[in-house]
Amino acid sequence: MTPPLTIAVPRGALMGDTLDLLDRLGVDTAEVRANDRKLLFADIGIVTMRPSDVPTYVEAGAADIGITGKDVLTEQSEREVYELLDLHYGFCRMVVASVDGPDPAVEALRRLGIVRIATKYLKTASRYFEATGRQAEIVEVKGSVELAPLTGLAEAIVDLTATGTTMRENGLVEREHLFDSTARLIANPVAHKLKAAAIDDLVARIRDLELTRAG
Amino acid sequence: MTLPIPSGTRDVLPDEMRELRAIGDALRGVFEEAGYGEVSTPALEYESVLAKGDLAGARPAYRVVDDHGDVLVLRSDMTVPIARVASSRYSSAELPLRFWYLAHAYRQVRPRRGMSRELLQVGIELIGSGAPEGTAEALTVLCRGLAATGLRDFRVGLGDASLFPAVLDGLGLPDDARGRILHELSTHDFVGVERELAAAGLTRDAADSLVALAQQRGGAEVLDAVPEAAAQAVAGMRDVHALLDDDVADRVIFDLGLVRDLGYYTGAVFEVYDPALGVPLGGGGRYDDLLGQFGRPVPAVGFALVVDRLHLALHGEERG
Repeated sequence: MTPPLTIAVPRGALMGDTLDLLDRLGVDTAEVRANDRKLLFADIGIVTMRPSDVPTYVEAGAADIGITGKDVLTEQSEREVYELLDLHYGFCRMVVASVDGPDPAVEALRRLGIVRIATKYLKTASRYFEATGRQAEIVEVKGSVELAPLTGLAEAIVDLTATGTTMRENGLVEREHLFDSTARLIANPVAHKLKAAAIDDLVARIRDLELTRAG
Repeated sequence: MTLPIPSGTRDVLPDEMRELRAIGDALRGVFEEAGYGEVSTPALEYESVLAKGDLAGARPAYRVVDDHGDVLVLRSDMTVPIARVASSRYSSAELPLRFWYLAHAYRQVRPRRGMSRELLQVGIELIGSGAPEGTAEALTVLCRGLAATGLRDFRVGLGDASLFPAVLDGLGLPDDARGRILHELSTHDFVGVERELAAAGLTRDAADSLVALAQQRGGAEVLDAVPEAAAQAVAGMRDVHALLDDDVADRVIFDLGLVRDLGYYTGAVFEVYDPALGVPLGGGGRYDDLLGQFGRPVPAVGFALVVDRLHLALHGEERG
């Protein structure tokens, strides 16, 4: 039997909690857990991918629904997907951080009029500095962002942090808090209309687990 | 030598052109049969004229300044130019007016599958025919036209642009909270709708029922769930549905959360879906106040389909 929905599951930090959630919904994820390299599990309707690819697959309808972080959805705000539920796991903070001591970013803005910001989140960072009326040169990095302020590539970073441990270990301190991020359930707009019963059933069962809102 | 063309545009070569032409011909047959006449308008319009529509909803991609210093734009939709034609060239003609078009529009969009900056649209405008009769006629022409192209599995979502604003009015929310909630709704961020409703001081039960309402879609039973404040919108949707023949009514999904990205819609709105494509094929709705901007206040309704998306859906259905 073909599964009613194709679900895009994020690899990485969100994967464990996502598979636990699917287990609680009655999807047998043992095969996904056992196969680290396999990407497509057609018999249970699961495709696995990087979190930042989830909106791409869901927008195009290659997956009907998907799970990814609010950080990804904020960065890719132009994607036409429906955001259905806050899943309240994968809690992280999007922050501006720089090296401990006098803030080099403040110094750069005062004396040079512009600050260099290293980040993987280009749109999020440039929108934030524009909205707060500061000129920033956004430097894209793909690997460890923490390295940038330590080497003089940038005065500060915009990055996602869960516990702050990596930043602390690299001598960085949080200066500003942009927003909190948690895992979100998203849906393709056409699937949301044409597979309404299957999607509503899934959303109702997740709501029944009462993980969607604390307090 | 290989030379580039602007981003978001493309060449169409004979094999594809034949298929696109067949789609256009099938639709033309249905439109002409229903009494619609084809119109062509300039690709360039004065920006001040197009601004009577909704330039923010359909952002123009290209502007030029002519030799008199006037700003011209390549039109970003066909509804506003046809509203201009109706008021300028048919100011005293007997109503209703029935027009159809197959024309390019130019929008500032992220080029992707089925969405280019130069966008071939096909559609109708029915001017001077109010709800529910005019809406039912537009839906009928839409469904018969799509069926004539050979598309099998399409459905049409039917909503009402006034429904959610009326529900929020019924709650007596302040304007700024109302605006934020409607914004989250228009971006389909239901987590954001929930957050803004809570921020506006609604109880969790009240907020939950509104979020659920915005996601109600299905048969006529979804209309029963709508609060009294939006009774007028619901009655309007029932009236339209009652006028549809079975072959059209069977295609309709009532969709209470349906929002279109163009600001001039006033009543019924609709959107076309096909399981073979992840994006809507097009849509439309009533724009009863737009013609008034051009000096002839009469109700109107219309729809536009993106020809490339229709083509992709036909191709997708064929491949199964």
